Amino acid sequence: MNVNFQTDSKKSDTPSTPKAVIQARDLDFSYGDSQALFNINMDIHKKEVTAFIGPSGCGKSTFLRCFNRMNDLIEIAKIKSGTIKISDVDIYDKNVDVIELRKHVGMVFQKSNPFPKSIYENIAYGMRIQGIKNKKELDETVETCLKGAALWDEVKDRLNQSALGLSGGQQQRLCIARALAVKPKIILMDEPCSALDPVATAKVEELIHKLKKQYTIVVVTHNMQQAARVSDRTAFFYLGRLVEYGPTEQIFMNPENPKTEAYVSGRFG
Amino acid sequence: MGRKEIQQNGKLEPFNLMQKNSHKEPTHLFSKRFSKKKVLEESVTYLLRTLTYLVIVLAGYLFLDIAYKGSKAIFKTEAPFINTQFLTEKPQTLHVFEPLEIDKKLSKIRSEVLSLNIKTKSLSSANTEQAKEYSTTIKAHNNEIKRLDILRKKDRLTFSDTEYRALEFTPSLDEFKYNTYAYSGGGIGPAIIGTTLLVFGSILIALTMGVLCAIYLSEYSKPGRSLQAIRLSILNLSGVPSIVFGLFGFGLFVLYLDWGVSLIAGWFTLALMALPVIITASEESMRAIPKGFREGSLALGASKWTCIRTNVLPYALPGILTSSIMGIARVAGETAPIMFTAAYALRDRLPWEGLENTTDFFFQGVMALPYHIYVVSSKIPQNEYTQNMQYGTALVFLLIVGSFALSSIILRAKVRKKYDW
Repeated sequence: MNVNFQTDSKKSDTPSTPKAVIQARDLDFSYGDSQALFNINMDIHKKEVTAFIGPSGCGKSTFLRCFNRMNDLIEIAKIKSGTIKISDVDIYDKNVDVIELRKHVGMVFQKSNPFPKSIYENIAYGMRIQGIKNKKELDETVETCLKGAALWDEVKDRLNQSALGLSGGQQQRLCIARALAVKPKIILMDEPCSALDPVATAKVEELIHKLKKQYTIVVVTHNMQQAARVSDRTAFFYLGRLVEYGPTEQIFMNPENPKTEAYVSGRFG
Repeated sequence: MGRKEIQQNGKLEPFNLMQKNSHKEPTHLFSKRFSKKKVLEESVTYLLRTLTYLVIVLAGYLFLDIAYKGSKAIFKTEAPFINTQFLTEKPQTLHVFEPLEIDKKLSKIRSEVLSLNIKTKSLSSANTEQAKEYSTTIKAHNNEIKRLDILRKKDRLTFSDTEYRALEFTPSLDEFKYNTYAYSGGGIGPAIIGTTLLVFGSILIALTMGVLCAIYLSEYSKPGRSLQAIRLSILNLSGVPSIVFGLFGFGLFVLYLDWGVSLIAGWFTLALMALPVIITASEESMRAIPKGFREGSLALGASKWTCIRTNVLPYALPGILTSSIMGIARVAGETAPIMFTAAYALRDRLPWEGLENTTDFFFQGVMALPYHIYVVSSKIPQNEYTQNMQYGTALVFLLIVGSFALSSIILRAKVRKKYDW
């Protein structure tokens, strides 16, 4: 496998480094009677890209959606035991305001879901619902976010046109820009490139690489090459368990677990 | 060898078939053949087609009949072409004076024709000569009737109440035969106004209640026993006959809440009737909104209500509006629910006339088109003087309900353009 590593991560991998922004401890998660995650322990590091890989149904998306409590929307989903801390705050604590959490932890979905509004309004949405009406502030943020998502040059002349007129790749980058507008610290991406062609994928990956400087990014992906290309650390999930987690280089070149090795070398999954 | 056999078989089989069923020999392998199955097929097609067209013909006849008879009341042949009197005035008694002399002549000839008809029937079939004579006489009489009828129409005098009271000399009863027909003069202005008020009020109430219920059901409620119970009750509500709604409204709003026969009682009764349709349709429209809209909005830190307000309701709006207005248009046509709750057979004041307090506006009965149709078609005789009112009212009512439906379609197109997805 020919893999270009773009990582410069330090290889200190003790369980609780001070850099860890997301800490999952002994997490058990279930949908009704069927348990989806078993005893997950993981530290996700600040301003790094962490990739979750694994076959379908292994729980990686479920785990990702725990971080901004999107699983709350599912009636039967619940955390049976364990904690998740973000910046040392237990996010499942009673005192946590989910709205504030979600502003802090942005999310980009598998299927690009721009709102059927203009490009401008899509970006401004997050601020408008916070009650920001100042036109100048909105204009500025829209521009910064679009630039941040490397979309500005492509859409600056048609900000008032419907976002649905954009191509698939542009729509996905618009969704990233939209997430940036509420100024999150962490961005979760749930298979952001699964519906995109290779050119659009390359652009999104480039963007992820660029965003790493400012944001902590967690990417769920089916595409192992993608994980190898964009991430600093990789976690391999299998049947609801975290099989192996470590620097991407190590997971791909020198995995400890035979399952991981079988998966990354394409022998199953 | 094998190929030859197949060829022979291929030729033989259809040939045998043909010999059984038809005298014509097939010219080639795929030529058309007669079979019972085909006949059945054809006849089923024709049956279905005939039935479908029958429906169209009946509906067309119904509407054209009302339109033809009703247009006599609404339109006229002179300049403005629209009979504004009919559309704006209050219903009045029609006073008809028919020339007595012509009337006497007419009834005489009519009775003669009648007796001749009886005579013709009693004649033996051999007596053709006599029968011929009779039929020529009848023909002549009929022509005379037509002539006299035209004269009668020319010489007769019709007055509405106000006109009648303003008369300086009433036509002498020695020269004229005098008849009155209730509700047949004047117009249907108050009924048009009443129906419009009823419809708009009930739309407002039904839409508010219905959409709020639908939001709860589609966005907040958790599946379980209570939700099932709610759905069941909505289903039941839609199955309740309109007269029962009328009685319910009468019992609750008119008597128990003591609102009397009033606009507001009618509003609530009609709104209750339209609720099931509106709730169901609104809920469907909201459920049809993709999950991505909600997730995307919530992930940006929107509260649930913000998400619904900004990212669900606007996109569900076209569906909600259309079905709701359609539902209301259907309900607006019901007579039974307003019969006991809101409608007066006759009211000489318009809703905004002679109010002591502004709140009195809501607590007064109104005239309404469906009830007016019921009154004029069941309480007064059917003849040339009353027909105008009966069919005119029906046509106006159809047009109003139709325009509601049309406006809902236009509104949907507009809203959909704005919130396209």
